[in-house]
Amino acid sequence: MSEPLVWLTFFVLAAFVGVEVISKVSSILHTPLMSGANAIHGVILVGAMLVAGTAESTGELIMALLAVVLASINMVGGFVVTDRMLIMFSHRRRAVEGAKRPELER
Amino acid sequence: MIPVWAQLAYLLAAVCFIVALKGLSSPRTARRGNLIGAAGALIACVTVVASSDFDHLSAILAAVAIGAAAGTIGAYRVQMTQMPQMVALFNGVGGGAAAIVALLELSKLPEQPGGGGIVELIAAAFTILVGSVSLAGSIITFLKLQELMTTRPITFPGYPILYGLGLLAAVGLGVVIVLFPSILLGVGLAAVGAGLGVLLVLPVGGADVPIVISLLNAFTGLTVAASGYLLQNTLLLVAGTLVGAAGTLLTLLMANAMGRSVFSTLFGALRGGSSLGSTTVSNRPVRSTTPADAAILLAYADRVIIVPGYGLAVAQAQHTLRQLVDVLLDRGTKVDYAIHPVAGRMPGHMNVLLAEAQVPYEQLKEMDEIDPDFKQADVVLVVGANDVVNPAAETTPGAPIYGMPILHANQARQVIFLKRSMRPGFAGIENELLYEPTTTLLFGDAKETMSKLLTEVKAV
Repeated sequence: MSEPLVWLTFFVLAAFVGVEVISKVSSILHTPLMSGANAIHGVILVGAMLVAGTAESTGELIMALLAVVLASINMVGGFVVTDRMLIMFSHRRRAVEGAKRPELER
Repeated sequence: MIPVWAQLAYLLAAVCFIVALKGLSSPRTARRGNLIGAAGALIACVTVVASSDFDHLSAILAAVAIGAAAGTIGAYRVQMTQMPQMVALFNGVGGGAAAIVALLELSKLPEQPGGGGIVELIAAAFTILVGSVSLAGSIITFLKLQELMTTRPITFPGYPILYGLGLLAAVGLGVVIVLFPSILLGVGLAAVGAGLGVLLVLPVGGADVPIVISLLNAFTGLTVAASGYLLQNTLLLVAGTLVGAAGTLLTLLMANAMGRSVFSTLFGALRGGSSLGSTTVSNRPVRSTTPADAAILLAYADRVIIVPGYGLAVAQAQHTLRQLVDVLLDRGTKVDYAIHPVAGRMPGHMNVLLAEAQVPYEQLKEMDEIDPDFKQADVVLVVGANDVVNPAAETTPGAPIYGMPILHANQARQVIFLKRSMRPGFAGIENELLYEPTTTLLFGDAKETMSKLLTEVKAV
């Protein structure tokens, strides 16, 4: 199998996994899911670091470092903001569980 | 060449991302899923630094620290009401980063031994173009949601021609880049992409902007996948493709929840569909009431349904609303919150906002579950919502929200509508519900009015 075909295989299989894995999401979670997926593509940071690490001229380096900054904002900010949203969901669940517990004891 | 251990670490990171997406699609596992995703990202970053022999390592780490600090501060500072535009910005900068990476690779490709293959060049051109579409489009969505520019669809004569020319220029430049790679042409392509991104979002009405954010999110995912091919990095390819595919499906699901197709979201305004939109204040007669009278209606009702909207969260009135509901519950009234799928600024946003005010989960009813109950409701209290109870979605073909499923608040015996003014909702159309004989309006700031209501209900 030629090299590009191997990559095409990765691509097609990953696309199916991506669709399958979120196909049962409830509408309550659309916003956090979008935000989490957004953080995952922040992994472009890996690419930005690779380019910066092999930069040969100052101009190239400056551009690459700009990409590193932008990608880190995407990745770190994305995960943190998603976590902030989801903390609220878990607080709420804890409150509900707390409210139910006395009934169980009775 | 990437060492074997690093390849395995990348594989582990890719698995983390899949598990993260799976976790994020169920409320029970969502938070853990997000943390697993973050762990995967951390593994990937440590791996790339440890496995490559980088020049400028200290500068790179400093840049990461700056970006991480900026992202964290932004993520902590943002209010939950403004979160959709924050996500849009994060997405945009990711697209920008991918475009820069591809530009720099483009300048190197012809020099590499055996480099400059046609597939690599296509991947580079694709990433530059779509990455800049994503960056520019996200900035416009940010400006719209932050209301720094009008939330109404913007179209102008010649728009389709300009758009067509832009697409032609993009394809033409792309072909030229594949034949004669040069960084200058790459910059030109990025500029065309930015123009297309702006044009893509301008005709989208404010209420539909979240769908576009999700679409641009999927776009950025695909650019990351393409740059993975360009850099011969499997992790980028897999992660980008996952997000691209999941993001595309999510876009369709969101559009579905709003009862419209992605195509009509993007280009509906061009058919003149939203000409009904109006930002003028209507002076048709309405019935208004005082907090004291509204409190009596609420206090003697057996069944009350609250329809919360974005305006509630903007006024920070959700805590007062919860107190009011608690008082009503103590009086033996049956009270529920009716959550429209797109209440707030995007699907699921209102759940996040009410969770922040610690409203118990079981009082939040999804649309399909609560909608039949409106017929039996004595009082419906609409707080800060507008478009989601607008009957025009069913009665007025051509209205921008036509076809969106709505909450049938108009079937209740009484509707109390809290409003700041007679200004139309986010979609920019008049709400016939305001003029129904069963509707009374309670004017004023949501928080102030809500605390007056609370005092009055306690006094009854």
